[in-house]
Amino acid sequence: MPFIPHTEQDVQKMLDVIGADSIDQLFDEIPAHLRSRTLDAVPEGLSEMAMMRRMTERAAKDAGALCFIGAGAYEHHIPAAVWDITTRGEFMTAYTPYQAEASQGTLQLIYEYQSMMCALTGLSVSNASLYDGASGLAEAILMAIRGNRKSKSRRVLVASSIHPLYRKAADSIVGNQGIELDEVPIDSEALAVDMSQLDKFAGEDYAALVIAQPNFFGSVVDVNKLTDWAHEQGMLVIGVVNPTSLAVLTPPGQWGEAGADIAVGEGQPLGIPMASGGPYFGFICCTDKLVRQMPGRIIGRTVDLEGKVGYTLTLQAREQHIRRSKATSNICTNQGLAVTAATIYMSLLGDDGLSQVARASHANTHALRQRIGKLPGVKLGNQTHCFHEFVMHLEGDAEQILAKMADQGVLGGLALRKYYDALANSVLVCVTETKTEDDLQKYEEALKAALQAVGGEG
Amino acid sequence: MLIFEKGAPGRKAHSQVPGSNAELDLPQDLLRQDKAALPEVSELQVVRHFTNLSRKNFSIDTQFYPLGSCTMKYNPRGAHRAASLPGFLARHPLAPESHSQGYLSCVYELQEVLKEVTGMAGVSLCPMAGAQGEFAGVAMIKAYHEARNDHARTEIIVPEAAHGTNPATAVMCGYKVREIPVKQDGDVDLEALKDAVGPQTAGIMMTNPSTCGVFERQIEEISKTVHDAGGLLYYDGANLNAILGKVRPGDMGFDVLHMNLHKTFATPHGGGGPGSGPVAVGERLLPYLPTPIAGCAEERGEKRYHWLDDDALPESIGRLSAFMGNAGIILRAYVYAVLLGREGLHRVGEYSTLNANYMAKLLENAGFKLAYPGRRATHEFIVTLNKQAKELGVTAMDFAKRLLDYGYHAPTTYFPLLVPECFLIEPTETESIEELEGYVEAMIQIQKEAEDSAELVTGAPFTQPVRRLDDVKAARELDVAYRKPEAENQ
Repeated sequence: MPFIPHTEQDVQKMLDVIGADSIDQLFDEIPAHLRSRTLDAVPEGLSEMAMMRRMTERAAKDAGALCFIGAGAYEHHIPAAVWDITTRGEFMTAYTPYQAEASQGTLQLIYEYQSMMCALTGLSVSNASLYDGASGLAEAILMAIRGNRKSKSRRVLVASSIHPLYRKAADSIVGNQGIELDEVPIDSEALAVDMSQLDKFAGEDYAALVIAQPNFFGSVVDVNKLTDWAHEQGMLVIGVVNPTSLAVLTPPGQWGEAGADIAVGEGQPLGIPMASGGPYFGFICCTDKLVRQMPGRIIGRTVDLEGKVGYTLTLQAREQHIRRSKATSNICTNQGLAVTAATIYMSLLGDDGLSQVARASHANTHALRQRIGKLPGVKLGNQTHCFHEFVMHLEGDAEQILAKMADQGVLGGLALRKYYDALANSVLVCVTETKTEDDLQKYEEALKAALQAVGGEG
Repeated sequence: MLIFEKGAPGRKAHSQVPGSNAELDLPQDLLRQDKAALPEVSELQVVRHFTNLSRKNFSIDTQFYPLGSCTMKYNPRGAHRAASLPGFLARHPLAPESHSQGYLSCVYELQEVLKEVTGMAGVSLCPMAGAQGEFAGVAMIKAYHEARNDHARTEIIVPEAAHGTNPATAVMCGYKVREIPVKQDGDVDLEALKDAVGPQTAGIMMTNPSTCGVFERQIEEISKTVHDAGGLLYYDGANLNAILGKVRPGDMGFDVLHMNLHKTFATPHGGGGPGSGPVAVGERLLPYLPTPIAGCAEERGEKRYHWLDDDALPESIGRLSAFMGNAGIILRAYVYAVLLGREGLHRVGEYSTLNANYMAKLLENAGFKLAYPGRRATHEFIVTLNKQAKELGVTAMDFAKRLLDYGYHAPTTYFPLLVPECFLIEPTETESIEELEGYVEAMIQIQKEAEDSAELVTGAPFTQPVRRLDDVKAARELDVAYRKPEAENQ
């Protein structure tokens, strides 16, 4: 019996104490006709050895290609120590630190995490994490609606240069509360918010403006101008940011005159493997003013009854287990283990290391742009500045070209047709510090061959 | 000491720094001017600091952890190892299907297993935790009524014993919450339910077994009452462990449910997450499942797996995360199901129930008061320490803290709210008889201490890294992020 320690003698002794004839008798309060007999569709169990063989074969099917897809999940080097320590049973198999005295490890770690996120974003409060960047955006929007004292509006303005899957997820989550997300169109040449379009929204009542830095296309945009514009309109500013970039780009707390009010984003680049999309974690930080609108767990520093420093869950009066239907969110479980990894990652890298990861990724991205920019059939997106992603427009069917590249072991990027009508044959490409000159050359060759093959077919 | 207080300016973990000082081709006014105040420490300092922090935690791997309603059972290492295979870790969430067949096959097969164990028609693994699963479930109920132009349904009924997430979720979906009482024996007050339902009822959210640690015996009548009124039944799967392989929510009449894979399917709780909260639905709600879902088709005698996105499911309630939920947790749950198989899954409900009933009986025999005596315990049960609180001035919180000194994690305390001074105790099936007896023995000792030298209990814990913490100070003098002392800042 996998993982069940009972011997026959144990079972007999236990039944004798309970006063039952059989284990089955313990279910006698369930109406007999409801009881399930078999689970026919479930196969018989495997030994660990047989299971590992199956899983190793399956994992191998997905392995081996060079990955140049970004779009919200990024391949970075993860120091060996990060997951070696994170997966210690004491971190991995603990739960929410309800018993603070027996959870000081997790609690202090989250306090350190909150401190690091505040340092990166330039804001004063961080929570203990949300599920991921996209659901984090939804929570940020709800927070802004609750927190904007100047506006009673249940509408939020969202730049369409925000990750399209973030916009979809946010819409599924906040739409049910009657909150509307209106989109600011982008200039598909510049791949950034069209400032001239923005003025159309001036004077309208919106609770917040959501902007991304870098945006979905990898463009680094003038967030100062956008922030000031939104504040002049009485909107709060929600910045969707990449944490790696924060080592080199202006932190949201310093955008424009007054700084963004909320920063939110995907924590995955901080030491979390791409792993098919999760578990990652969403980070969210805000100004002091908004702290009581923050969803989820927050850890505070305090003292014990002997005056010794300790850490505990705080401001719990915002949360579902106390406030029930009046809570700021229904969130309960967060992404603690991923946060553990990120905290160790940030400690190992430090400001200097993270900044070098950002610089190396940026430099590699530009090196690939230079290599492929002159290829016939390729036109680079007209981005003034990009961080570690860029758009290329292809002559020919982008999806077919990517499929041909995949056949050669290169995942060349994300086709944008599904997300933007105006970008039917455009591809979003990402290059991080993990790529070498050889890798870039392999990309160039695979793209050339794919362009020829697809062109030839056409 | 915090990691920030260790180290020195300029110190670094050299082999983790890529060694690039490439210039940034970006405008100056968009660049960071100050350094981010991250730690400046060596690799060994980091390893030692966090290893030592880990030692200040209770965990399943180190202690019996009978936290009620949380199912803290053994998290198989094999599941963790398999999910950490390099091919799975390196797969990009948007990788093409040609490079995703391994992962997709696991997702598809887990969907099939979950359909079978819940008795439902369809499954989506997207929700990233129980609360998000609840959200998805209630959003589907809403989508169902809206598709029928039944806009009068504005209320969700919730029994008062429900988890706090239930009413919070109903509100997130734009519903009003109507709470109904629970009777002395732990079952729902059926008459109150009959009074509460009507054309305004969108549905009811229930846990069965309930958070009272007993099986709701009138479930079929409840189902009929709500369905007759035009509402749907939502099953909160927090307590699915109790009935796994014994009775299926689909057979009880539920229309939609979420499961907590981090409970029932033994994936690690991670110090507060990640969880995973898949949803399962009956026929009526199939079109609304959140996306993406794994599909399977035969191609030249070979199985090919693919994603079903909102193109394939236009009425879906949509996406709940950027990609597809907590994929790594889904893999671990899949492996757990593979290791247990049909027979093993049957035993989960059986042995978790056996353990809970044994502990309940031992405690009752030792003089502790059960909240629902005369009822069968399910996979968990409630002890009320109301008498101790009144007569000895020793509360459930005091017992909980003293248990830590005995090396046991406390059960869930003060939940459900309707039982005063309560302990909700869930031993799970993976604990041995020796652990159960040891825990009961500790409770007996603490009872003696409470009678003879109460300060040992009211002052506990004494053996942990800290004594009881000042929560009032934590909230009043809010300190949620480290700031360098002023003097060092210059």
